[in-house]
Amino acid sequence: MAELLKQWIPNVVAYKTRFFQSLTQTMQMTLRSGAIAFVIGLALGVLLTVWKKGGIRPNAILYRILNIIVNLFRSIPFVILLIFLIPFTRMIAGTAIGVKGALVPLVFGCVPFYTRQVEAALASVNPGKIEAARSMGSSTLGIIFRVYLHEAVPDLVRATTITAISLIGLTTMAGAVGAGGIGSFAINYGQNQNHQDIVNVCVVILLIFVSLLQFLGNLISHRTTNRGLFAKGDQK
Amino acid sequence: MIEIKNLSKTFTLKGQNIDAVRDVSLTIQDGDVYGVIGYSGAGKSTLVRCINLLETPDSGSLRVNDSDLITFENGKLLYGASRTPMKEKQLNAMRRSIGMIFQHFNLLDRSTVFDNVAYPLKYSGMNRKEIKDRVHEMLQLVDLTDKRDAYPSQLSGGQKQRVAIARALANHPKILLSDEATSALDPDATESILALLRHLNEKLGLTIIAITHEMAVIKSICRHVAVMEDGRVVEEGNVYDVFAHPKQDITKHFVASASALNRVDKLLHDDSPLVQVQPGELLVKLLFSRDSVGDSVISQISRDFNVSINIVLASVEVLEGSPLGGMIAIFKGTEENMHGALDWMKAHHVEVEVLRRG
Repeated sequence: MAELLKQWIPNVVAYKTRFFQSLTQTMQMTLRSGAIAFVIGLALGVLLTVWKKGGIRPNAILYRILNIIVNLFRSIPFVILLIFLIPFTRMIAGTAIGVKGALVPLVFGCVPFYTRQVEAALASVNPGKIEAARSMGSSTLGIIFRVYLHEAVPDLVRATTITAISLIGLTTMAGAVGAGGIGSFAINYGQNQNHQDIVNVCVVILLIFVSLLQFLGNLISHRTTNRGLFAKGDQK
Repeated sequence: MIEIKNLSKTFTLKGQNIDAVRDVSLTIQDGDVYGVIGYSGAGKSTLVRCINLLETPDSGSLRVNDSDLITFENGKLLYGASRTPMKEKQLNAMRRSIGMIFQHFNLLDRSTVFDNVAYPLKYSGMNRKEIKDRVHEMLQLVDLTDKRDAYPSQLSGGQKQRVAIARALANHPKILLSDEATSALDPDATESILALLRHLNEKLGLTIIAITHEMAVIKSICRHVAVMEDGRVVEEGNVYDVFAHPKQDITKHFVASASALNRVDKLLHDDSPLVQVQPGELLVKLLFSRDSVGDSVISQISRDFNVSINIVLASVEVLEGSPLGGMIAIFKGTEENMHGALDWMKAHHVEVEVLRRG
């Protein structure tokens, strides 16, 4: 087995410590920034939905401000955002390089995208359900948690999957600030040293990552849709 | 009791003002089944949403269940004699005292029947056991105890509306607002939901306010009715009186829409052989109400005035336990006898209209 790997992907085997290190870095960046972006994006998506005209707490001014900020950060390409945020990152994380330094720009790059996805997922909740909840005297928080977030779970799972996949894409660029990860491994050890086998393995690894995420996302979203259809076998 | 006074609500849509409700005043007694009928866009839905303050009226006042008066001014809700702005908590408490059901049921699709009915009970200070008992009581009331663990997607339309009714009544409100609750249901389900509403009204003394565009709903369950057109209540009162003696064109329209006699217009329009009259014959429309003698009129005039009567169409319905109906008939006899017969009927509270002369 080892012989075979040495024959097929000699450079990956030669740099295997680096290779596994970069895998860990990618995982760390995705999970940590993903967790933070999940909370912030969910909160902002809820705020946009609530403040929107016709929302349960309409507020034209706050809605517009948040809307503009989200659009602003969405329109900046990630590589530019990385360097643009360096001073801010230093302030918050103490450093602008390495995995730690990449977290802030990754969150900034991911949150606006996720916010829009959450907003779209919540918009798919039938307004009639909101009205029914209002007629039952549900408070604003009650409606957010017990109707919006509860009924939109399958759509939110889909949105989270898409965002997580695009976040993996972003982490590969974080190599530009020395955060390491699969992206920088592919460039520094693969492309720059003319080791095509390294590039190929990186592509396969990313493909597996993304496929796994998509599979998991589909599974959860399927399971949470109309649970009744799965609970009993008496339905067609 | 619900007292609505001088209520108005205007929406602004794309710079245009739409007066959804214009200066409406209504009083609805406890235990009544009150219908609001009108075409879509007449403002009936907005009016009813003003009662549980889902819509904030622009002006007017409202008193529900002997609570303090709520006055509306420039989109503000002023509570009581001190006219203090209403807080969200007060508003939510008031909404909990009024149940509401909808055309499309609006159940939570990802919750079971049990959880849907429990929705208004959770976080309201009741413990688990109390909630469980109350949900069970409600499901018994709507006869759905066997579906407590089902999801809405596994239920029929009528069953969904039953769940919605159980949910709306879970807090034991005295008032139920029904917004086109049977409009999306098939005839059988409509009949069973109307029967349930009637039962709830009789058993619990529940006050029901039912919005509809269907005369059949008004006839089936309502005791009082308001006819709305263009944001105004154009006719209001006891169902029998309003429909036995409609004054406004729109009311006449609704009455006609539900009556088989309406078909005569089409027959006349198509010049059907059924409504052809020979010289010396009259095509007449007779309308009977509870003051008229009904069928004995016909035998009496044919005997006393020697007029032969050929019935083309006839329809009788029972509103609030009293007959209301009419017929289209061709009268044949001498000019003098026929007029004598018509005059005699008029004197006996039969409304007479000559549609065609031979």
